[in-house]
Amino acid sequence: MAGRAAALAILTFLLVPLGAVFWRAGGGAMPDVHDWAAVRFTLWQAALSAVASTLLAVPVARAVARRRFPGRGALIALMGAPFILPVIVAVIGLIAVYGRGGLVNDLLGLACLPPPGDGRPRCLSVSIYGLHGVVLAHVFFNLPLAVRLILQGWLAIPAERFRLAAHLGAGPGDVQRLLEWPMLRATLPGVVLIVFAICLSSFAVALTLGGGPRATTVELAIYQAFTYDFDLARAAMLSLVQLLLVTGAGLLALRLGRTEGFGAGLDRRIDMLPPGGRALWLGDAAWMTVAALFLLLPLGAVAVRGLSGLAEMPPSVWGATGNSLAIALSATLLTVSVALALALARRGWVDLAGMAPLAASPLVLGTGLFLLINPVARPVDWALVVTLAVNVAMALPFVLRIVLPAAQEVERSYGRLADSLGMRGMARLRWLILPRMRRPLGFAAGLTAALSMGDLGVIALFSDPDKATLPLTVFRLMGAYRTEAAAGAALLLLVLSFGLFLIFDLGGRGAATR
Amino acid sequence: MLKHPTDSARRDKEDALRHLAIATGLLAATQAAADTPVLSVYTYDSFNTEWGPGPAVEQAFEETCGCDLQFVTAGDGASVLSRLRLEGARSEADVVLGLDTALIGAARESGLFAPVTVKADYALPIPWQDPEFVPFDWGYFAFVGLKDGPMPTSFVELAESDASVVIQDPRSSTPGLGLLMWVKQAYGDAAEDIWEELADNIVTVTPGWSEAYDLFLDGEADLVLSYTTSPAYHLIAEGDDSKIALPFEEGHYMQVEVAGMLKSSDQPELAQQFLQFMVTDAFQSVIPTTNWMYPAVEPDAGLPEGYMTLMEPAKPLLMSAEEAASVRDVALDEWRRALSQ
Repeated sequence: MAGRAAALAILTFLLVPLGAVFWRAGGGAMPDVHDWAAVRFTLWQAALSAVASTLLAVPVARAVARRRFPGRGALIALMGAPFILPVIVAVIGLIAVYGRGGLVNDLLGLACLPPPGDGRPRCLSVSIYGLHGVVLAHVFFNLPLAVRLILQGWLAIPAERFRLAAHLGAGPGDVQRLLEWPMLRATLPGVVLIVFAICLSSFAVALTLGGGPRATTVELAIYQAFTYDFDLARAAMLSLVQLLLVTGAGLLALRLGRTEGFGAGLDRRIDMLPPGGRALWLGDAAWMTVAALFLLLPLGAVAVRGLSGLAEMPPSVWGATGNSLAIALSATLLTVSVALALALARRGWVDLAGMAPLAASPLVLGTGLFLLINPVARPVDWALVVTLAVNVAMALPFVLRIVLPAAQEVERSYGRLADSLGMRGMARLRWLILPRMRRPLGFAAGLTAALSMGDLGVIALFSDPDKATLPLTVFRLMGAYRTEAAAGAALLLLVLSFGLFLIFDLGGRGAATR
Repeated sequence: MLKHPTDSARRDKEDALRHLAIATGLLAATQAAADTPVLSVYTYDSFNTEWGPGPAVEQAFEETCGCDLQFVTAGDGASVLSRLRLEGARSEADVVLGLDTALIGAARESGLFAPVTVKADYALPIPWQDPEFVPFDWGYFAFVGLKDGPMPTSFVELAESDASVVIQDPRSSTPGLGLLMWVKQAYGDAAEDIWEELADNIVTVTPGWSEAYDLFLDGEADLVLSYTTSPAYHLIAEGDDSKIALPFEEGHYMQVEVAGMLKSSDQPELAQQFLQFMVTDAFQSVIPTTNWMYPAVEPDAGLPEGYMTLMEPAKPLLMSAEEAASVRDVALDEWRRALSQ
């Protein structure tokens, strides 16, 4: 009962705003040349990001798969961190490392050429704004995901085959050709498509590092139609375009890709014999070091800059922190309850309803909700409620994928016994389901809390100077070039996101081992 | 509209005080506050900063009005107008301060603004007659750079050089829109070619003036689109004469910044009173050294000394509000096409 009600509520929450979008988009706005440019840029940056993330992930995953060293587990855990890292925090870290005044340009600045004639010295420098910045940020987020997915592929090769290859005297080249290459050929297209689909809906990265006519994604164009042109018909039309793009890519990815995007169980011991040779060993070590630095340097930069920026934070940060915590905790409670209700319903269409939000991007939903609210109330008054609802919808598919298998397992093992004891409703939930599912529920709650805490999406559409979440406040401080204060608030956001995740996750584990 | 790269520390302070008041339950204080009429003024970011005109204006007006003047910032000037259109008649704004000559057409078309009667002896370079909008300062757009940096003397020369420049988005920012009008008026049908040539000089397009100017100060670009009056800030406030505004052969586009009153205002008398106050000396005298623009009415004490050294364009350019409104969409299309290549 509860499951079906929850499924209907989700479908209503998705379909009514989408209906509003369809209805408003029917108003006649057709995509113009600039909208097509946004579509092209969206596809192009997503393709570049997907290919770059995947190709760079292959050597890293191979190195992790075939080497044993202290800290290997930590490296794999680090690869899971970007999933719950707030985008705005990563962007601040990336600017600190790759921006004009950042580490990389400082190093390049050391190699300035002497001035030709009477000109100023010519220095090499990289810019983080525009296409390369957007792709860089996307690789930062998706390289680790790709590594984890490809690592699964490596671990799925039966260890006996590696041993057999060693027996037969196969060198690293033969192993690559006979064992690894077929696996990669089967795995990589799916990985590319998953990353591609994720990058299609990029908003916060494009908002902060893109923006000009040359680097506008469709999600960003929706936002601009609101804030620059107040053109609701155009926003609705762009939402429709975005819906088609995301649904199309999502369906393709589902067909081609493995869907266990994250989760435990990657750190399995594998009896793969590490190939000999100093050069190969050095190569693997180099790949892993570069990947670790690529992820750690920006985080370290946020920590270092943030510590000195904590004192600079304006008091408005605390109000925003309160808002974000309230949203994150409410979203966690709601999402986990809804996912549990869906998982226990034991009906196929109910699960599917839980996956449906994958098709809608936050800004598309936000546009629909704005269209619905605007005629009857001030949308800014509903900013926090809308943010909460959209956060729940966005986290639900991930949470469901964690909760559903666990719930099925519990029902398979103990369902009949519980049935025979006449254990139903709350009693069943309290005495059977919850105690048995503490661990996945804790992990799911941690993910939701962290995702919701760090979300910078729909709130930007409904924003109001007085009503902000912590990520939006960080963004505004960046916009006002209060770099120190922004870094301080970013550090706070980082600590809260990771902290919430750890509290829930460890809470689930602690209770489970009791 | 020039400000220092520090955001509204003042509003933060107010925030803190408000929180404190609530936390300690000073019921009497909030009661008294509830009886004071509130005048809500929407403006652009840089107006209401510690360094901008906001604090001085607020203090001076509150001394005479028996009201609580609250500035609400919403990005750059053009974003403020978008925000209003988004909120429509439900907006809490009474007055909007910071639109300009290029936006008046669109603002009038929105039907949100009420007619006002304000009398003043304007010191504007053009005659002023507008039923709804009252000017408060003006200036010429110009590229600002360093004395020892690249110094192109025209758009063509800038496009041919490898000087890097930061500009603002014409959809959200009044300087961005001003630059669009500047190029359009100077080059007409060839404007798109100029933009195509300029495309590789443009480091980035920011949503507002503040972001662009700060990128320039941080050394992210050689030049920034700003005002001929910007060097006065560095000269007077910082004693720094290394920043200059570059004279362009094509002439310089002019901006008159204006304010207007909303039809939906629940404080129409107070709003009208504020607009009249805006052209008095108490407001106008702080403009040159806080907003770093020419005041709309000559202050009693005249202009500050640093203003005498500023570059004066030989050829001022300006389109009427109607003209600007009619070319905006075409010019914007050209701009977006050229820059998205």
